[in-house]
Amino acid sequence: MRNRSVPLREVHVWELPVRLYHWINALCIVSLCITGYIIGNPPALMRGTEAYFNYWIGIVRFIHFVTAFLFFFNFLFRIYWGFVGNEFSRWYNFIPLKRCQWKEMLEVIKVDVLQLTNKKIDSIGHNSLASFIYFITFLIFLLQCLTGFGMYAAMSSAFLPKMFAWVVPFLGGDMQVRQIHHLLMWGFILFAMVHMYLVFYHDYIERRGVTSSMIGGWKFIEEDVIERHDNRTEECPKD
Amino acid sequence: MENQRLTFYEELKGKGVSRRDFLKFCTTMAAFLGLEASGVAQIAKAFETKPRLPVIWFHFQECTCCSESFIRASHPIVADIVLDKISLDYQETLMAASGAPAEEAYKAVMAKFPGEYIVMVEGSIPTENEAYCCIGGRSALQILQEAVKNCKAVVAWGNCASAGCVQAASPNPTGAKPVHKVISGKPVINVQGCPPIADVMAGVVVHLLTFDRIPQLDGMNRPKAFYSRRVHDTCYRRANFDAGLFVESFDDDGAKRGYCLYKMGCKGPVTYNSCGIIKWNDSVSYPIQSGHPCIGCAEEGFWDNGPFYQHLPGVAGFGIETTADKVGLGLGIGTAVGIAAHAIVTNVRKHKEIINEPEEGSAVETKKE
Repeated sequence: MRNRSVPLREVHVWELPVRLYHWINALCIVSLCITGYIIGNPPALMRGTEAYFNYWIGIVRFIHFVTAFLFFFNFLFRIYWGFVGNEFSRWYNFIPLKRCQWKEMLEVIKVDVLQLTNKKIDSIGHNSLASFIYFITFLIFLLQCLTGFGMYAAMSSAFLPKMFAWVVPFLGGDMQVRQIHHLLMWGFILFAMVHMYLVFYHDYIERRGVTSSMIGGWKFIEEDVIERHDNRTEECPKD
Repeated sequence: MENQRLTFYEELKGKGVSRRDFLKFCTTMAAFLGLEASGVAQIAKAFETKPRLPVIWFHFQECTCCSESFIRASHPIVADIVLDKISLDYQETLMAASGAPAEEAYKAVMAKFPGEYIVMVEGSIPTENEAYCCIGGRSALQILQEAVKNCKAVVAWGNCASAGCVQAASPNPTGAKPVHKVISGKPVINVQGCPPIADVMAGVVVHLLTFDRIPQLDGMNRPKAFYSRRVHDTCYRRANFDAGLFVESFDDDGAKRGYCLYKMGCKGPVTYNSCGIIKWNDSVSYPIQSGHPCIGCAEEGFWDNGPFYQHLPGVAGFGIETTADKVGLGLGIGTAVGIAAHAIVTNVRKHKEIINEPEEGSAVETKKE
């Protein structure tokens, strides 16, 4: 049996609301991508029948719309949590306004992407590069909500979708809006591929329990990393 | 009395239109405009009491299909009123005068009815080189800007005047621009379509006359009464869409059964117009009813969002056949290859970490048993 003793400490990184957000979001995205793709390119399943027999595209669209509302409110909740949650979920992690965030990004690119050195990244929560990528996905979430509700507004009299009615004229018409909505769906698919790979990668290399951290919330962090985290200079709240 | 401008009704009576026909016309228009029952009386009253509306109708970069559509309105009075009676003081295609007298006609309108006349425009305006469209020695831009200065409102007929249509399609050699982009300070009503439905055109004119204000417009300045719903949402084939029944090719069984044309590139789901309700040529039919997908002619940039027979438009920079799905799939494969390469490199470069070799100087010790 191979084993090693590493001075580790358990850190509660992801609070329950963050974990709930993550899994609701994941389910929503899977559902939205599948239903959205079907709406964009419906398979010929019911050929030869008459319209009064079924309503399945209608049902697929219904699922897409209901999920979209859930996705939207879940997203709003996450933004709110970015202001009240713990230090790892705060908004400033995601927007690289500080030099040290950019420095860490370069480091992550050197260590994990190009694998030039074998140094370990100290981050306890997300590293700077991951946070920045999440920030870009948040922007895609936002665009997807804008274009989606923008298209939905014309067939709804409800208050919420009506607030997005300006999007369609702003972008020059439904054709453009639908095209953007469709292209961004691929953004989600690409993100999901890389995201899942990197979870495996980090667990494989770092063994901090990153996969299960999104279930239980705890990560196993080396003592020296925590020490550096606690003694860091205040100038950079993000680690 | 001689100087008194005749009302529409007086003009119509003089032309032999019966009271019954006149009221039928008012009722039709009220229905098109979506007015309540009392609207019929409002329209009738307006036509009986208001003097004719002075109109200048310009043709710039266009094909005259808007005028052609207009004279085919389902109720003959519409074309009559607007083209004969209303007062087309200036309309290059239909007016008898030509040359200097024609020019004088529209200048007279501007001088006589400042703040009252309506400018109706067919066609886009070239801005790359104004000389691409000149009438009587002056450019379209000059003529338009002078005419709108004292007008009451501007009606932009069709896709050319509302969004530039085919002239503004990439690469837009003449720098064609729609009316609302070259003038300012005046309300512009975009009556979209290539051409617009005749009854929609008539409805807009009747609305202007009856209520003395521009109709309620949507975000793209199109009258809401006619452009607030998608062709798709008012299509008689909609049930087939919801049931997932699609024409897969123009000669298949689905086409015969009248399935939804969504997969044949129908732009109904992204096009706002009244084709499904008012229809064309005296409400005989409209493209989808005739088995052809909607090409989205009432939408900005519909030429550039083609091909017409493809559901997803081409992605700019990737060639006309390349849809978002093809681009996405390509990127997805690229990503998968990148991930695989990275995984292999990881196992080579980070071998030590993976087999738990302690790094130099770290507090970690590895035991093997």
